[in-house]
Amino acid sequence: MKKTGILIEMEKKRVKDTTLGMITLAARADTDLYALVLDGVDDPACEILAQYGITTVVDLGLSSAPEIRLNPAARADAVTQAAQKLQLDVIFGLSSADGKDIIPRVAALLDVPLVMDCLDVDLEKNIARTSQYSGKVLADIQLTGDVVIFGIRPNAVQPVPSPAQAKKIKMASDSAALPGSALLSWDDGDGAQAGLAEADIIIAGGRGLKNSDNFSLIFDCAKKMHAAVGASRVAVDEGWVPYAFQVGQTGEKVSPQVYIACGISGSIQHFAGMKTARMIIAVNKDENAAIMANCDYHVQGDLFEILPELIRQL
Amino acid sequence: MQIYVCVKHVPDSAANIHILDGIRIDEKVAFLLNPYDEHAVTEAAALKKKVQDSEIIAVCLGKPDAQKTIRSAMAMGADRGILVETDEACDSMTTARALHAAIVQDGSADIIFTGKESIDSEGMQTQFRIGALFSFPVVTNAASLDISSETAVVTCELSGGRTRSFELALPCVVGAGRGLNTPGYPTFPDVVKARKKPIKTVSMDSLSITPAAGFAKTVSLTPLVQKRHPKKITGTPADQAKEIIRILRQEAKVLA
Ligand SMILES: Cc1cc2nc3c(=O)[nH]c(=O)nc-3n(C[C@H](O)[C@H](O)[C@H](O)COP(=O)(O)OP(=O)(O)OC[C@H]3O[C@@H](n4cnc5c(N)ncnc54)[C@H](O)[C@@H]3O)c2cc1C
Repeated sequence: MKKTGILIEMEKKRVKDTTLGMITLAARADTDLYALVLDGVDDPACEILAQYGITTVVDLGLSSAPEIRLNPAARADAVTQAAQKLQLDVIFGLSSADGKDIIPRVAALLDVPLVMDCLDVDLEKNIARTSQYSGKVLADIQLTGDVVIFGIRPNAVQPVPSPAQAKKIKMASDSAALPGSALLSWDDGDGAQAGLAEADIIIAGGRGLKNSDNFSLIFDCAKKMHAAVGASRVAVDEGWVPYAFQVGQTGEKVSPQVYIACGISGSIQHFAGMKTARMIIAVNKDENAAIMANCDYHVQGDLFEILPELIRQL
Repeated sequence: MQIYVCVKHVPDSAANIHILDGIRIDEKVAFLLNPYDEHAVTEAAALKKKVQDSEIIAVCLGKPDAQKTIRSAMAMGADRGILVETDEACDSMTTARALHAAIVQDGSADIIFTGKESIDSEGMQTQFRIGALFSFPVVTNAASLDISSETAVVTCELSGGRTRSFELALPCVVGAGRGLNTPGYPTFPDVVKARKKPIKTVSMDSLSITPAAGFAKTVSLTPLVQKRHPKKITGTPADQAKEIIRILRQEAKVLA
């Protein structure tokens, strides 16, 4: 049977829901599923992985020293060694902030083909579906090779349990010297934006907010509905929120359950980052704004009247 | 320093994309220098100002028309260009091999810049493959760069407001992100000067590349059409807010 290795992302020792969704996608094909875990895995986490179809949990036991553990080159090296030792046929990882700096390194080290940001994968034919040309085109790309790698867009697939029995093995990688790349320092910010790509609800603001003080309306609303906050490039370029908030072609690409766009016109470049949201709700005073024709619900009105009402009622 | 910048000729992000035969795009649209590569060229030009006797070489794999993108890079500071000519649509494994071979044939790189991704195929991987072929360290989404005699200190942005700073041995590969600098519009004299700078054209065949064992092949392209049917939420702001909350609870089921 084919072997699929899945690079597991965790947060506070819990397996991320987006990772479980990726396992669900991999479990559609009849393969042995290996969970590749870099940051340690306890019994509850192993059980969760088994519930979603993992048959072998591989603890790669990466050094806990942050200079190693946070260095994408070291992480990619450990995954690459595991892929070789386990003779994996397929590797899955999230096309997340961390994944974008690890998965392509693994593909380059193994010299095997890769598609990033997959919305779906047909594992019988190794065909991945991804978006191209600023989200204007869906491309089906077929990979051929001894090993093939897919980077999966977070939230592309909803997790569905598929219980299996999982055994746990340890596989220490030779912490090969990382030629020429030393991690000097790291800054995890205030962590506020870490969840943007993986959030269920995103509420985003654009030029319509007019200034950074008004952006607190978006933050207050987000807090009440446990949503993440996004922004258009204009809001970022004006300095109202940092770049980490930008959604779009040159920002984050997101697929939340619901995307609420407030005072955002819906440019092609903004849509490139959020058009795969399951539901789009637009709040805009201009009935002819592009986003009004390209959403599921539109609220024509003044966001300065609607957002305070939302905050009050939530 | 020999500074190489890999640049790609891509359709304008605002262009309407039409698909032909379900497999390729109609190329009768405006093409330009990939936006992230503008940051790469801008950084190369800043580096050249700091390090005496530097030369910037823009390297591009593409059709003959991609000369225009090399000219754009030249107007922004590249001294000369290399166009590896091909009519094929190459996957990133072949692209990296071609760029690597063209650089090796041309000289000895002290640093190689790329963009963090191209806005057409959005592959996000060529910089890593070039690095692996040279055995050079690679960083991506660079937001600041400081070069000393033998090392580069680079700060990279992970999304989510997180950053990582690395010290890389030179030569290295740097994938430019949007935070790295602000590309300026070339002046008219810059554009005129760029017309006189040399471009060397090499054919893909002449590079005698050893193909990779695996490959990626596009099997179909379809327009990503929106199947959304907008419904209007009406009433007073209070009514509208109430209806949004109802939708979040009952339809999207994202609120308790
Ligand atoms: C290469 C390139 C890359 C780009 N990448 C990105 C990207 O990643 N992300 C991105 O977002 N953009 C990107 N852009 C920019 C993009 O083209 C648009 O300029 C930008 O998205 C517009 O932002 P906006 O919708 O906030 O502003 P606008 O287009 O100005 O829209 C503001 C909207 O707010 C509405 N409004 C104003 N006041 C109110 C009010 N009181 N109540 C309700 N509604 C109100 C208006 O009706 C209008 O529709 C890129 C552009 C280029 C060329």
